[in-house]
Amino acid sequence: MKSTPYLLSLPALLLFSAIVVVPLVMTVLLSFHDWGQYKGIEPVFVLKNWREVFTDSYYLEMFGRTFRIAVMVTVLAALFGAPEAYILNRMRSPWRGIFLLVILGPLLISVVARTLGWALLFGGNSGLVNKALISLGLISGPLPFMFTETGMVVALAHVLMPYMVLAVWAALQRLDPQVENAAVALGAGQFTVLRRIVLPQAMPGILSGAVIVFALAASAFATPAIIGGRRLKVASTLAYDEFLNTLNWPLGAAIAVLLLVALVLIAAGTNRLVERRYAQVFG
Amino acid sequence: MAFLELENLNKDFGAHRAVDGLTLAVDKGEFVSLLGPSGCGKTTTLQMIAGFVEPTGGAIRLDGRDLLMVKPARRGLGIVFQSYALFPHMTVAENVAFGLEMQGVARAECDKRVAETLQLVGLGAFADRHPRQLSGGQQQRVALARALVIRPRILLLDEPLSNLDAKLREEMQIELRQIQRTVGTTTILVTHDQAEAMALSDRIVVMNKGRVEQIAAPHEAYERPATPFVANFLGKTNLVNGANVRPERITFAASGLAGTVRTRIFQGNHWLYQVETSHGLVTVIRQNSGEAMPAEGASVHLAWSASP
Amino acid sequence: MSRNGPLALCYHALFVVFMLAPIVVVCCVAFTPEGFLSFPTDRWSLRWFRAIARYPEFVSAFWRSLWLGALSSAISVAFSVPAALAIARYRFPGRQSLTALFMSPLMIPHVVLGIAFLRFFTQIGLGGTFAGLVLSHIVIVLPFALRLTLASAVGLDRAIEHAAVSLGASDWTVLKRITLPLVMPGLVSGWALAFINSFDEVTMTVFIAAPGTETLPVRMFLYIQDNIDPLVTSVSAAVIAITVLALAALDRAYGLERLLVGRGADGR
Repeated sequence: MKSTPYLLSLPALLLFSAIVVVPLVMTVLLSFHDWGQYKGIEPVFVLKNWREVFTDSYYLEMFGRTFRIAVMVTVLAALFGAPEAYILNRMRSPWRGIFLLVILGPLLISVVARTLGWALLFGGNSGLVNKALISLGLISGPLPFMFTETGMVVALAHVLMPYMVLAVWAALQRLDPQVENAAVALGAGQFTVLRRIVLPQAMPGILSGAVIVFALAASAFATPAIIGGRRLKVASTLAYDEFLNTLNWPLGAAIAVLLLVALVLIAAGTNRLVERRYAQVFG
Repeated sequence: MAFLELENLNKDFGAHRAVDGLTLAVDKGEFVSLLGPSGCGKTTTLQMIAGFVEPTGGAIRLDGRDLLMVKPARRGLGIVFQSYALFPHMTVAENVAFGLEMQGVARAECDKRVAETLQLVGLGAFADRHPRQLSGGQQQRVALARALVIRPRILLLDEPLSNLDAKLREEMQIELRQIQRTVGTTTILVTHDQAEAMALSDRIVVMNKGRVEQIAAPHEAYERPATPFVANFLGKTNLVNGANVRPERITFAASGLAGTVRTRIFQGNHWLYQVETSHGLVTVIRQNSGEAMPAEGASVHLAWSASP
Repeated sequence: MSRNGPLALCYHALFVVFMLAPIVVVCCVAFTPEGFLSFPTDRWSLRWFRAIARYPEFVSAFWRSLWLGALSSAISVAFSVPAALAIARYRFPGRQSLTALFMSPLMIPHVVLGIAFLRFFTQIGLGGTFAGLVLSHIVIVLPFALRLTLASAVGLDRAIEHAAVSLGASDWTVLKRITLPLVMPGLVSGWALAFINSFDEVTMTVFIAAPGTETLPVRMFLYIQDNIDPLVTSVSAAVIAITVLALAALDRAYGLERLLVGRGADGR
C-alpha cells in the first residue's frame, strides 16, 4: 500500500525527468559554452556570454524594452480586465455564461490568427481601420501600429486579457454576495462598496492574474515577432535570432536562461508578497 | 460462542491510539450500536470489521473463523456508508444488483432479489432512476437495499442517518428497526446520536477516546450509568452530592433542596427547567400534564428518590 | 444581486468588441474577392479558400498538426491518469513537489522550452523529427490533461470504491467498472484541452520544427513573416472555424465553462 503512489507516479516522473529536467540543465550548461562563427559550439566553461548579456548596453535595452512592454500590458489588462470580470459576475445567466465563453474562448484560438487580426486592422496603409479613417479624412497618414511598441502592447493586451479576466473572476466567485448587501444596509454608497469592500477582496485575484499576464507578456514570441518584425526586438525574438539566424546557440541560451530566472524570481517574489499580505484574511 | 467476537482490538495511528482494548461479543440477529462523540474510535472499529483498516493488535472472529485473514472483498458484509456511496453512473437497480453480480448470481434470480429488496425499502418504482434524481432519504434507502440484497452475515451502518433532517431521521429510524426485525440480520450501527442509539439497539457500546465505557441494554445504561461520561452522554443528568439524578426524576415538592427558577423552556410534551440551588444549577424536566408550573424567578423545592 | 447599470453595460459592449474585433476581421477578410487585403463590401468570395489547395505545404501542415495533437494528447492523458490517482488519493511525502514538477511546464516560457528541446533533441539525434515534436508537445500539454484528470479523481468519493469492494469486487473490477467510468469526463476533457493547446502552439514549435515537419501554426507564422495576404487569413479563418466547432462539441459533451474555469477552482 505504501509504495502505490510512487509506482503510480513513476511513468510521468521518469518522462519529466528525462524530457524536462535534462534539457533545461543542458540549456544552462550551453550558456556557458564558447562559440565562434567557424568553430561552432565549443563545449567549455566560460563566462563570455553572460558577461556580454550583462554589460553590453544593447541587451540592457532589449530586456528593458521587454519588461517595459510587459508592465504596460499588465497594467492595461488589470485596468480593463478587472472591471469586466466584476460586470460579468453581476450578470444573470444565461448571459453570464455566454459572455464568459466569448471572452475566454479566444484563449483557445491560435495566437497567430489573433495577432494577424491586429495587423489587418492597423497594418500600415492597408490596415482596415487606417483605410477607413483616411478615407473619412480624419487622419492624413496611417496610425503608427506595426513595428511600434504601442502596437505590441495593444496586441499583447488583447491576447492576454482573458487570463486576467479569468483570475479576477475566479477570485470574485469566492466572495459571499451578502457581504456587499451588508455594507449597503449599513449605509455605504455604490462607489464606497466597490472601493472598500469589493476591491480589497478581489486584489489577490488581480495580483495573481498580473503575475500570469506579466510572465506571458515578457516571454511572448509570436505577437512581438509579427507586430515588431525585424525592427523591434524583445528577449524572445532576440533569442530566436541568435539561435536560428546567427547560430550563436550559447548566447541565445544565455538570453533564454536570464529571462527564465528573472520571471521565476518576479513570480516567486510577488506570490510571497501576496501570501504575506493576505494570509490572515483568507487563511 | 457469539456470532461476532472482537477481542482486545487496538488501532494506533502513529502515536495516537484510536481504539484501545475493545472487546465485544455480538449474538446472531442482535442490533448493537457503537455510540460516542467524534474521535472516540467508533468509525475506526467499523472500518476494521469491514477490512478497510488493519488493526494494530487484537482479533476479530466471525462465526468462529478469523476474519482478519479474509480480504475485504470476501468478507460478505453489507455496508451502508455515511455518504451512501452510491454508484452515480448506474441506475438504482444496477446499484442494488452489483453485489449479486460480483457473487455470480444468475440474471433471473438477481432481478427477482433486487425487485424484492427494493420493495422492502419502499423504492419499487424507482428502479430505473439514477442516484442524482433521488432525494437524500431515497438515496439512503438504495444504499440499505444494496447492502441487504446480498444477504450479508453482518450489516454495518456508518452514521447512515446523520445527513437527513430531523423529521426524516425519526421516520427512517423506525423503518430501519422494522426492516432489521423483518430480515433478522446482525447489525452494528455507528452513531453519535444517543437518542438514535437508544431507540434502535438491543445493546449500546458507549465509547470515549478509544475505550469502552459501558456495554449494556439502553434502559440499563441510562438508569445505571457505569461512569460519569456515560451518565452525561446518555440524556441529561445532574450531579448532586456525588450522585447522578436524572432530570425527569426530580419533582417540585413542598420541601427538599431549595432553589430559584432561572430559566423555563416549553418543549411541547414537557417543560425544561434550570433551577439555581446551593449545589449549583440543576436541570429539571416535568411532563406537560396540563397543570400550572412554576414560572421564572419563582422559589421552589426539589425532591427526588435515590435511583435503584 | 444588483444588476449592471447602463454605464457598465456600455463598457462591457466595448470590451466585447475589443476582444472579438481582430478575430472577426480575419474571418471577414478571408472572404474578400480581391487579390489583396480588403474588407469584402459588396461581394463575398471563396477564392482564397480554394487557393489553399494550391499550397500543399499548408494542407500537409494541417494534417501534421492534427495528428501531432491527437497523439501527444492521448499519450499525456495516459501518463496523467495514474499520476492523478496517486496525487488525489494518497498523502505521501513529495506529493506537493511532484505536483509542482508536473505543472512546471506552465511556468516555463515556451521560448525557453523551445531552445532547451532544440539543444536536447539535436544532441540525441531527434532534431527536426516528428518524434521530437510529439515528445515536446506531450510535456507542454500534460499539465492541462493532469489538471482535469486530477479534478475528476479528487471529486471521486473513495467510499464508492470501498462500497464496490465490500460487495465483492476485485481491484481490477473496481478500476474497470467504477473508477475509470467515473473519471472518464475528466479524461476526455483533459484530452480535448490538451489537443487544442497542442494544435495552437507556435512559440516552442518554431524552434524545433524543421522544414519537413512544420505544424500549421508554424507554417502560418513563417508565411506572415514574408508577407501578409488574404491566403493566410483564409487559413486562419478555417482554423478558427474548426476550433469553434470542436469547442461546441466539447461544450455539449462536458461543458465549456467547467473546462475553462474548472468549477471555480484556482484562477487558471
